[in-house]
Amino acid sequence: MIKPKKTLKQRNIKDRFMVSLLVLSTVVVLVPLLIIIAYVIINGVSALNWEFFTEELGSPSRAMQGRPTGLIHTMIGTAVVDFLALIISIPVGLGAGIMLSEYPDHKLNPYLRIINDTLNGMPAILKGLLAFALIVKPMGTFSGLSGGFALAFVMIPIIARSTESALMSIPWTIREAGLAIGLPRWRVVMSTIVPAAKTGLVTGFLIAFARAAGEAAPLMFTSFGNNYFPRHWTGMIFGPVDTLPQRLYSLAISPYKEWHAMGWAAGIVLLFFVIAIFFTARLLTRKKVY
Amino acid sequence: MHQAQTNTDIIKKPLPIIYRWLGDKIFLTVVFILGLSIIFLAFSMAWVLYSEGRLAINEFGVIGFLKGSVWDPGVRMVFGALPFIFGTFITSVVALAIAFLPAIAIAVVIAEYAPKWIGNIIENFVHLIAAIPSVVVGIWGIFVFAPWMRETVYMPIFTFTANNYPSLLPVLGNPMGYGMTTATIILALMIIPFTTALTRDAISQVPKEQREAAWALGATKWEVIRMAVLPYARGGILAGAMLSFGRAIGETMAVAMLIGNKNTFPFSILGPAATMPSVIINEFREAVGNLHLSSLMAIGLALFVISLIVNLIAAYITRKLSITGGQVV
Amino acid sequence: MFVNSNFKKKKTKLSENGTSQQQSMNMKEKGLYGSSMIRIETKNLYVKYGTTIGVNNVSVPIYNGNVTALVGPSGCGKTTFLRALNRMHDLSRDAVVTGKVLLDDLNIYDPKVNPVSIRRKIGMVFQKPTPFPTMSIFDNVVAGLKLVGIKDKKFLNEVCEKALIQAALFDEVKDRLNNPGGSLSGGQQQRLSIARALAIEPEVLLMDEPTSSLDPKSTLKIEDLMVELKKNYSIVIVTHNLAQAGRISDYSIFMYLGDMIEFGKTKDMFQNPKDKRTEEYLTGKFG
Repeated sequence: MIKPKKTLKQRNIKDRFMVSLLVLSTVVVLVPLLIIIAYVIINGVSALNWEFFTEELGSPSRAMQGRPTGLIHTMIGTAVVDFLALIISIPVGLGAGIMLSEYPDHKLNPYLRIINDTLNGMPAILKGLLAFALIVKPMGTFSGLSGGFALAFVMIPIIARSTESALMSIPWTIREAGLAIGLPRWRVVMSTIVPAAKTGLVTGFLIAFARAAGEAAPLMFTSFGNNYFPRHWTGMIFGPVDTLPQRLYSLAISPYKEWHAMGWAAGIVLLFFVIAIFFTARLLTRKKVY
Repeated sequence: MHQAQTNTDIIKKPLPIIYRWLGDKIFLTVVFILGLSIIFLAFSMAWVLYSEGRLAINEFGVIGFLKGSVWDPGVRMVFGALPFIFGTFITSVVALAIAFLPAIAIAVVIAEYAPKWIGNIIENFVHLIAAIPSVVVGIWGIFVFAPWMRETVYMPIFTFTANNYPSLLPVLGNPMGYGMTTATIILALMIIPFTTALTRDAISQVPKEQREAAWALGATKWEVIRMAVLPYARGGILAGAMLSFGRAIGETMAVAMLIGNKNTFPFSILGPAATMPSVIINEFREAVGNLHLSSLMAIGLALFVISLIVNLIAAYITRKLSITGGQVV
Repeated sequence: MFVNSNFKKKKTKLSENGTSQQQSMNMKEKGLYGSSMIRIETKNLYVKYGTTIGVNNVSVPIYNGNVTALVGPSGCGKTTFLRALNRMHDLSRDAVVTGKVLLDDLNIYDPKVNPVSIRRKIGMVFQKPTPFPTMSIFDNVVAGLKLVGIKDKKFLNEVCEKALIQAALFDEVKDRLNNPGGSLSGGQQQRLSIARALAIEPEVLLMDEPTSSLDPKSTLKIEDLMVELKKNYSIVIVTHNLAQAGRISDYSIFMYLGDMIEFGKTKDMFQNPKDKRTEEYLTGKFG
């Protein structure tokens, strides 16, 4: 054996040192992140009350005078905008995902894949600007619909990619088996491949949704925000509407103390909403794996 | 009496047309159009930003707009993007520099050191953190982190500098808590989970055989990581860093809430500044003149181009540095 | 098990007449290295994965200066056994090894022994070639030396050249030592892996089906190499290929379902297998 220059002991010391360094930096980074969550929970819970879930926001004076105020219109607005985003993004993302996985040799796919990834890497705020130019401008008004489109632009590339990988995880032989009994391709895809990949597909939708549901930037100049319920329910779609992330931002940068507290309350609601979506997605994947 | 159909009759009956060539044609057309619509989205994003920003570009010229260091929507109506480009670059580069090594450390701990169940917990936690909305981090930053930093970090530094090196004060800037340093630290904290997840993915691509080969040479655990794991995963790690950089560039809400929003040079270390996304968020809703609006769109276009370049570099790195020649068969 | 319970007797018998034969043979063939000293000896070695038993109570000697082949049908525990010899099982969380592996009378599973130092004495070559793809050919060969802090360029050059010559690769790569290891062909990569294992001058070389992913020409080269190398090293090789075991090995271990069924000189075992299962396997009735 060749005589080593560093003894095993020296090398073991270095090994130990590196382990400690790695674990230490893990702790140093993860602790502040835990602190963020802890703060949001503590401040949010203490700011929550019954009115928060039953009243609309109104003008700042309402909060300052201690009259009941809340964010019910925001939560309903969020539900509307998120629902619109889902029904816009799922068909497009699913279709593009099917295109990518079921027609692997199609000439469009290499371009589609790279453009989709690039679109996914684009800042969410640009998707807001896009929705502003494509929908707000022609409609002449900020609207829940444009907010739905802006969030859909965030979700579509994520769904397309996750759909592709969910469908690709189904073995190619199953498609061949379907084709071999004389089924046309569309039938094979729609009634064997898509159902088989169901869990993976839904997980992808949820992950995309969790990502979009927390985005405020695309909503600032699309759904815009609204301190009140629209006078008619159609105003939720065709008029400016409040959403949680955007309202949270407005509350936090407002000069009113009472609104800051409501901001924390909005924070905990938003956080739990996103985490709930996220955990549902995780649970689904777990079921699939085991 | 009409006889019941036999099996042969059913089989011989011609299939409905959608079960022959037409169904597949329609299906392909539909998914093709849906796929195409994504391409349309991407191109229309570029086109929209260009056409909306054209007014400003025509007014100041591409170079003039990018080099202009004055942003004055109030009086002079002069718009230059340089302060925001600068702010974006400084905050993102420093944030990535802060985040990069800890992110790799966490990924290595998850993948190599931690017992499986702890690793799983940390990994889930990291994914969870990555899902925290930017505004939620922002509200914590505004009400907790920034005041705390002002009291415990900035003020002592500021007092020390004022007493000993008063000439450095302009460089240091106003320690109000909302400024470039605060925004950068928050930005670093926000991209760490993302970088960690991508590094983790890259590390999990390293074949078992590579690790074993290093073990068999008599390497210690750290030496295995240093010799076999990290070099093999370097393509994925670097591409991940690049994508994280892209994230940092586009990160909007938390930065807008914490950077203090100062539109003109000079920026200072602790003092307020602005980034491309933050100025769009802050001024777009209140923009009055067409030129102002158009200038904000033009900043959006610059942001688009920079993000595009960063993404393409990431894609290039992935392709160029990913290992294929290492294993035969 | 029949053989296992009788093994002790058989082993002593074997080493008695084995030694005398071996010595006379070795005297002629190998000169100095000709002693058939026991280099590694396993005693009641078990490897368990949870409740599955990978290696079941194997006690066997590995002789110095010889090639010992591990043969048997797939899944019989050959590789598991091999990996127990340099503590590679430490790496998987669910494998448990009990019993002893004596390397020159030192139990490598002794809690005081550091597996890292053991692996430097017992080198290993894997089924798939495993060059480090980001390193140059040169760096690959001297990777084990750089680990222990040897930086002397001249010395590294010498070792690299020697190892590559030993691995019969030097002539093919001498002009491009700075090219990446991944740029070589499969057979060359495998010889590079061997050179890398040889560069740290281990005492024993473990090879896990080193030729199974190679073409016949490269296989032949590596077989020649093993015959050459056994002058200086003890080699243990796992192989699926009985012809290969017959060509290159001096001793053979036949394993079946985790048990060691038979151990003996390859020639004897291949011509007169003592156990029925060995005979069936060798004649191709299963496997």
